[in-house]
Amino acid sequence: METIYAICVGIMTAGGVFLVLRGYTFAVVLGLTLLSYAVNLFLFASGRLVVNGAAILGESEVYADPLPQALVLTAIVIGFAMTAFALILALRARADLGNDQVDGDND
Amino acid sequence: MNLFWIPLLPLLGTLVPLLSYRFGRTATAALTALLPALSLLLVVQAIPAIFAGEALTWQAEWIPQIGLNLAFHLDGLGLLFSLLILGIGLLVILYARYYLSESDHMGRFYSYLILFMTAMLGVVLSNNLLQLWFFWELTSISSFLLISFWSHKSDARKGARMALTVTGAGGLALLGGLILMGQTVGSYDLRTVLASGDVLRESAVYPIIIVLFLLGAFTKSAQFPFHFWLPHAMAAPTPVSAYLHSATMVKAGVFLLARFYPVLADTDLWFVIVSMVGLATLLLGAYTALFKHDLKGLLAYSTISHLGLITLLFGLDTELAAIAAVFHIINHAVFKASLFMAAGIIDHESGSRDMRQLNGLWKYMPYTATLAMVAAASMAGVPLLNGFLSKEMLFAETLHQATLGSLSWLIPLLATIGGALAVAYSLRFIHDVFFNGEPINLPRTPHEPPRYMRVPVEILVVLCLLVGIVPDFAVGDLLNAAASAVLHKPLPDFSLAVWHGFNGPLLMSLLAVAGGITLYYNRRHLFAFQGQFTDFDAKIEFEKGIQWTTEKAAVIHRWLDNASLQRYVFLLVVFALVVAGWPLLQLEGAAGSRPQLPVNGVALVAAGILIVGTLATVMFSHLRLLALIMISIVGLIVAVAFAYFSAPDLALTQLSVEVATIILFLLALYFLPQKTPLRDSSPRRIVRDLSISSLVGAVIGTLCYAMLTRPLNSISEFFIANSKTGGGGTNVVNVILVDFRGFDTLGEITVLAIAGLGIYKLLAGMRLYVPAADSDGRPWAKDKNPMMLALVSQSLLPLALLVSAYIFLRGHNMPGGGFIAGLITAIALIQQYIAHGVAWMKVRLNFPYHGLIAIGLLLATFSGLGSWLFERPFLTTWFDYFSLPWVGKFELASAMVFDLGVYFTVIGATLLILANLGQLTTSERPLPGGK
Repeated sequence: METIYAICVGIMTAGGVFLVLRGYTFAVVLGLTLLSYAVNLFLFASGRLVVNGAAILGESEVYADPLPQALVLTAIVIGFAMTAFALILALRARADLGNDQVDGDND
Repeated sequence: MNLFWIPLLPLLGTLVPLLSYRFGRTATAALTALLPALSLLLVVQAIPAIFAGEALTWQAEWIPQIGLNLAFHLDGLGLLFSLLILGIGLLVILYARYYLSESDHMGRFYSYLILFMTAMLGVVLSNNLLQLWFFWELTSISSFLLISFWSHKSDARKGARMALTVTGAGGLALLGGLILMGQTVGSYDLRTVLASGDVLRESAVYPIIIVLFLLGAFTKSAQFPFHFWLPHAMAAPTPVSAYLHSATMVKAGVFLLARFYPVLADTDLWFVIVSMVGLATLLLGAYTALFKHDLKGLLAYSTISHLGLITLLFGLDTELAAIAAVFHIINHAVFKASLFMAAGIIDHESGSRDMRQLNGLWKYMPYTATLAMVAAASMAGVPLLNGFLSKEMLFAETLHQATLGSLSWLIPLLATIGGALAVAYSLRFIHDVFFNGEPINLPRTPHEPPRYMRVPVEILVVLCLLVGIVPDFAVGDLLNAAASAVLHKPLPDFSLAVWHGFNGPLLMSLLAVAGGITLYYNRRHLFAFQGQFTDFDAKIEFEKGIQWTTEKAAVIHRWLDNASLQRYVFLLVVFALVVAGWPLLQLEGAAGSRPQLPVNGVALVAAGILIVGTLATVMFSHLRLLALIMISIVGLIVAVAFAYFSAPDLALTQLSVEVATIILFLLALYFLPQKTPLRDSSPRRIVRDLSISSLVGAVIGTLCYAMLTRPLNSISEFFIANSKTGGGGTNVVNVILVDFRGFDTLGEITVLAIAGLGIYKLLAGMRLYVPAADSDGRPWAKDKNPMMLALVSQSLLPLALLVSAYIFLRGHNMPGGGFIAGLITAIALIQQYIAHGVAWMKVRLNFPYHGLIAIGLLLATFSGLGSWLFERPFLTTWFDYFSLPWVGKFELASAMVFDLGVYFTVIGATLLILANLGQLTTSERPLPGGK
């Protein structure tokens, strides 16, 4: 299972990085979103994979590590804020520069 | 008495001139002098105790963890310097009152001057290495401000910049030396360090400490080869030259030599470096001084030379030499300050400082001339004046030197030559300016200065005479106290008498005087000889150096910063790849010892969907709507993964964020082109990016795999064990968020709030083109909001709110909490916007979302501050169990208030972003120009 998980994280990272390197703002923001999924999964993995062990006291025998979960929870929310900010920045750039290229020119 | 008042009073005094300069120049000077005078009184009051061999100490802890305390210590050496700093400082205040013209901003000038005074007092009184360094840098900065006081002059600006660069670089070296010293000794307390001489001298880093330390001291005290900044600092107003660049600041370097003499000296390395640098500076300064036509230039090089003399004395391996050094610090400060002031008077009253124009001033200002001549004679080392005494002591000490082995006889010879040069340039100062014919083309007819402008010079010249004639009476006790503070042991016998009989030093003095007179008499030949050399202008060389550095920096800057985001991202990714990939190359095999979970079919299918979704997102990124649908699939699978791997809170959060994100993207897509060209970059670029991103993916995937297959050693045991007993909740994740790591969460919701507000501002002034049709030319639908959706979502709203309340309330014990509840509420409201339109919502929910963010942040903060009321640290939580009839037993926890703050902030931020962006797509949007 760990192997599959790692492959998924790797592919999402690759896809995210490729999109972030594109020249259009929309692709870059899409890439950022993909990357933040990958990063969240990666951070979450630092607590290792546990099935049927939610960190609710009294619910199970073995608990999953709650600390990475707490970190990732806030990371998801902040990731949303960051994606939103980047997206609005892209809109603003389009409004002010007249195109949606990351470097602000059409070549 | 509290010692800290001595530097604190002048520090407060920096404000006085700024507040009082409107009341006229005399009043400003008088008021400015008040606090330093009080401070001087405090120092004087401490004199009996210091002379009795005591030392005063005051200390307050500041950051004890890194050895940083606010600590002051007044011993003999500190006393001597405090008296010089405050005494001469007061005289300079008086002098500057007459020197500055109406057009100079007197308040600013005095403020800088007193700031410098504070800094200098801090240097000499500090009892902590780091604190000493702080004040040391402050002297460099205040010196910069003072040199560039006439900032309209290019000379002043360049001189100030050079002085700051040289002394600032030296200050960094000194910091290194002091830190090494503190680390070696194990304490930054100056007394402890001064008592650990053996530890320091025997440590392996001693040579490094010495070099760094001396770099600091030599740059500040203008020692060869760093002397070049001092003549250019003469662009400052003359009171500054008298005070900073002869009497006090440049003495900070030799003060440092004196202060650390007991721990750093006493090795060959010290003696060789310090004595040779001192000797070189002494000779070079004296020689150059002779050829300067500018009065202040002559005095500047003479100052360099005398500082070299003091350094030389500290480098001679005898205790008497160190005493002589301390003595010369006093003498030089007194006669050189008076000479600078006299030069300032001459400049002020005749309009020139050029000795080729200034001749025969004796006729015009006999009184000033007499004062200047006495001071210059002292500089030359004429008997019955203070300069004579310390120079005799130098000559005496050079006679028994062994530092240079069999070549040691060179030292007394070179010292005598230095003495002869000093006589020659002093003679030139006297003869050229006051005699030697008539003035040539002076801008003004010279005359005596205002009465009180002369007073500081008179006081200093009287001191020259007093020390010169009855040395023991005048400074005996002070010298004893200061010298014993330098040597840290009982002083050897020495006599300050004027007449020691006819001996070697006296002979050397006579030779020096005779040689000096001969040199000056034959000056024509000397000047002709010197005229063959082209002048080396340090300023030009320095400026070239600066420009070279700036240009090179600009080249690097242009190379790195070519304003292309794509390039930045590329460099960043490559850098990350190298940093993350390198350790993997060292790792033997990715797989670790931890057993893997069994694979099942559902997981395989989910992984397949995720991979396909990711690849489809990348491949269809030019068909933007399709890419959006693909990425939402990826997000959903991520949420499912969280749920499967025992993280229900994460799954709930991811699910609700996913909805908000996709709505956001859809709204943004309305304003952006729906499609982009398939080939947005060159094939070469695509191949490059594909390779690099595959590599990054491989590295990250391997890293993830290596981590997952290794055993876990987590600190979470603590959270699990204490969640219920310490935080009162069974959902450990939520307890960590609102309790254990509440401060982090507070920071995070603050970031969220800032992002929301930033977006609001970005949207506010945006002039967007609102498309009337989609990319295929189909006009957007004009339909009203669909009735079915409106009705269903309206009736769902109470249910959604109920669910979110439930999720919120149970959050402490079951999956849920403020973040998730906030997102659910936000989405429920957004759904109303979608179903009914902005106008409909505006009537019903006219609430500024910034307010909601503010309420949330305030709630969270106050729930933290509340614990202060119970004298607990910030964000300490409290909980207890209560029971009510019907309801039964329930729990109340202060963390609930905090979570409520999180809840409101999340709603506020999400709605601020989505509702404001959504509003732009409708006729409700604010029109450009704010109408």
